[in-house]
Amino acid sequence: MEALSLPAALALVAGGGAGLSPELRAALGASLPLVQRDYRFERVWFWGCIQGVRGAYYIAEGLGPDRAAPRSRLYSLNCLDWSLLTPATEEMLALAEQVKGRFQGDPSFEYSLAEINAEAAARMAQSGKEPVIKEEARLIATIEQIDRAVGIVPRGAFVKTPLGSVHENRHFEGLPLVEAKKLSSYFHFTEPSNLKNKTLLEKADLDPSTDFLDSLEHDIPKGSWSIQLEKGGTVVVLRSLLWLGLTFYHVPMTKQFGYVYFGTGEKNLDLPFML
Amino acid sequence: EGEHGPYQPHEPGYGLDQPGYSPYEDEIPDPEARMLAIKNAKAYLLKTSTKSGLNLYDHFATILTKILDEQPTNTVDIIETISQDVKWAQFRKKMDTLRDEHVIPPTFEAAEKCKALFVKEGEEEDREELDEEMPALPNVMETAFYFEQAGIGLSKDESYYVFLALKNLINVQPIQTCRFWGKILGLEMNYIIAEVQLREGEEEEEPGEEGEETVLEGEKEMGEGEEEDEQKEKEPEPPKSTYKPPPEIPKEANGTGTNKYIYFVCNEPGKPWVKLPPVTPAQIVCARQIKKFFTGRLDAPVVSFPPFPGNEANYLRAQIARISAGTHVSPTGFYQFPEDEDEEEGADIYEENPEFEPPPVAEMVESLATWAHHVKGILKQGRCVWINPAQKSEENEEEDVEEEEEEEDEQQEETGQPLLTLISEDEGMKDTPAWTAQASTNLIPEYSIAILQSNRWPGAYAFASGRKFENIYFGWGHKYNPESHTPALPPAAETEFPIEPGITETVDPTVEEEMAFKAAQEEALAEAEEEEEEEGEDD
Repeated sequence: MEALSLPAALALVAGGGAGLSPELRAALGASLPLVQRDYRFERVWFWGCIQGVRGAYYIAEGLGPDRAAPRSRLYSLNCLDWSLLTPATEEMLALAEQVKGRFQGDPSFEYSLAEINAEAAARMAQSGKEPVIKEEARLIATIEQIDRAVGIVPRGAFVKTPLGSVHENRHFEGLPLVEAKKLSSYFHFTEPSNLKNKTLLEKADLDPSTDFLDSLEHDIPKGSWSIQLEKGGTVVVLRSLLWLGLTFYHVPMTKQFGYVYFGTGEKNLDLPFML
Repeated sequence: EGEHGPYQPHEPGYGLDQPGYSPYEDEIPDPEARMLAIKNAKAYLLKTSTKSGLNLYDHFATILTKILDEQPTNTVDIIETISQDVKWAQFRKKMDTLRDEHVIPPTFEAAEKCKALFVKEGEEEDREELDEEMPALPNVMETAFYFEQAGIGLSKDESYYVFLALKNLINVQPIQTCRFWGKILGLEMNYIIAEVQLREGEEEEEPGEEGEETVLEGEKEMGEGEEEDEQKEKEPEPPKSTYKPPPEIPKEANGTGTNKYIYFVCNEPGKPWVKLPPVTPAQIVCARQIKKFFTGRLDAPVVSFPPFPGNEANYLRAQIARISAGTHVSPTGFYQFPEDEDEEEGADIYEENPEFEPPPVAEMVESLATWAHHVKGILKQGRCVWINPAQKSEENEEEDVEEEEEEEDEQQEETGQPLLTLISEDEGMKDTPAWTAQASTNLIPEYSIAILQSNRWPGAYAFASGRKFENIYFGWGHKYNPESHTPALPPAAETEFPIEPGITETVDPTVEEEMAFKAAQEEALAEAEEEEEEEGEDD
């Protein structure tokens, strides 16, 4: 969610019971603008909080002129001092998927790979590195996975220019209430993978400037999003069931939207049994 | 001369290069010619398009009006979008002869309901009654303030609505104590849950269930009797199944064990409160084996394996019971056992300790021994107090195999941890301890409070500050499982009938065996004949 609209946004996602204490809110209000200044971001998003056993990680994302470019991610343990995280690599993602269990809360904690995946451990030992995976790497990989899988925006909020870069649509007035209840009005804010699979008929209706992302309709498994109208229909809240804790809010007919993650950072692999 | 003249009729100045029309020809330009050119240009602009019925003049006028009204930044960059939007707006108004139904958005209905919460029933009689026996309305806002220091809780508005909804509940139901238990999220709607103790004597039992059971059993008996008569006449009866379902474990009485509190739920503050039925051990045992999301409708069926005995209301109640038993904690020493009674293992009653000295916050965060459970844990059987199911089976009407069962199923008496155990004795899972304790702030230690988060039931929180403490739950209602959830496998197929010689198949004798048997028989015959001959000879 936008760092500037943080207080209002937190009030809208508070239906799930998770939020930030006044101390952390005040700290964010002070430190996020400084982050924007230091790293020269155009936008700073407060991504959320991953709850570890002994502590929590607070994550922020910074965006440059092209909003669809890979985002820089920062983490902090106290919402005051932010450290930049390296971008995620495919290898990191593959390894991190093997690690199960809660985050510990200590960025230098090392998960022993030997227990998890003997092959990878052997490979790493051969190449001279220790067969461990640090919690920081796991954190990077988890954030990337969550953004790819369930980071969503409403349709029409972003436009793609003919040059390929993506900007906020200054003319976005918000989704009407009828559209806001449909899953097809929300897009994954990541590289699209399903666009080419649409039939020609569907493609004819698409507007290439706004429909350049995957919509939520065809997410597997079906029903992995819970849409609710809270506060009597003034806010549309989408909660992901695949990554429990990801909450997206949008106030129909206004420009307010955003998503935030408050959770333990674990994928809900039991989802098919639970539906 | 270096300039290109206007070539198109719509370009301004078209026609002015003709002799007599140039602006430089006369000192005073001929106003009529100019006016004519302007009129031509305007007439061109006013030409209606054959496709859409719009004309450029009006379109431009609308765009410019809109831009001047709204004054967006960098208009020249978004001019195309603005033009498009104006066209869309025009299109809808003129071409549609159908009008949209005036849809009343649900916002207003909900707002009405919320407003109804604020109405104070101000009759004098009610006020007098309330003064006599004030049921304890919990100070939800105060609790919300403390939890907010940890970043947990609903928004202030929603908390206040819950506060008012609880007040309504107290006015309607005969309630002695009441507490905001928490919120459980669902797919379509959420649940707001209140934990309540009714005033003594106000509980109603549900007679409907017992009546139904006896009727069903009566019908079963009649059916069996008829079948038996018919078959005895015809043939020997086919083997009967010896399966007898295990005896049903009775639920705990209202006011004890898992049914100590009664729970009311509603989907949103403002909607009517619904009472949840008491929980049975079978439901708890089954709820431990399944993991399902709540939909938000209390009458939704729970489709699962093992089949859950009940609908969503029962499943919700079972999960509430499990969460309460697992995560309701208080500072050690806040509650104590009353001194009069002997300490039995099944002690269910505790009272507040008037001499409780709250330990400092730092100690509450560091050592988990400063917290204790004040709700009894649930045994494997599904109850808090173990009961021997064999005793109950004497009352069953089918008496054939009952005695054998008693001998076979001697279940071990289960004992759980006694009430008021310290939470430091809760087992962790792998690397994760069962509880995480934190102080709400490190910057201002004199006003910080101790916060406990449960790792076994993510979403269960507790805070303590001096003599105040509270538990709450915000979550989806499921237990944390470090390994993935494995559904129960179907049980092995039952043997349909007892193994008797008349039923089991035996292998046919082979040819050699038959020959050997035949030879043996012939020998025996031959011997018998010889004996007879001998006897005959004797005579």
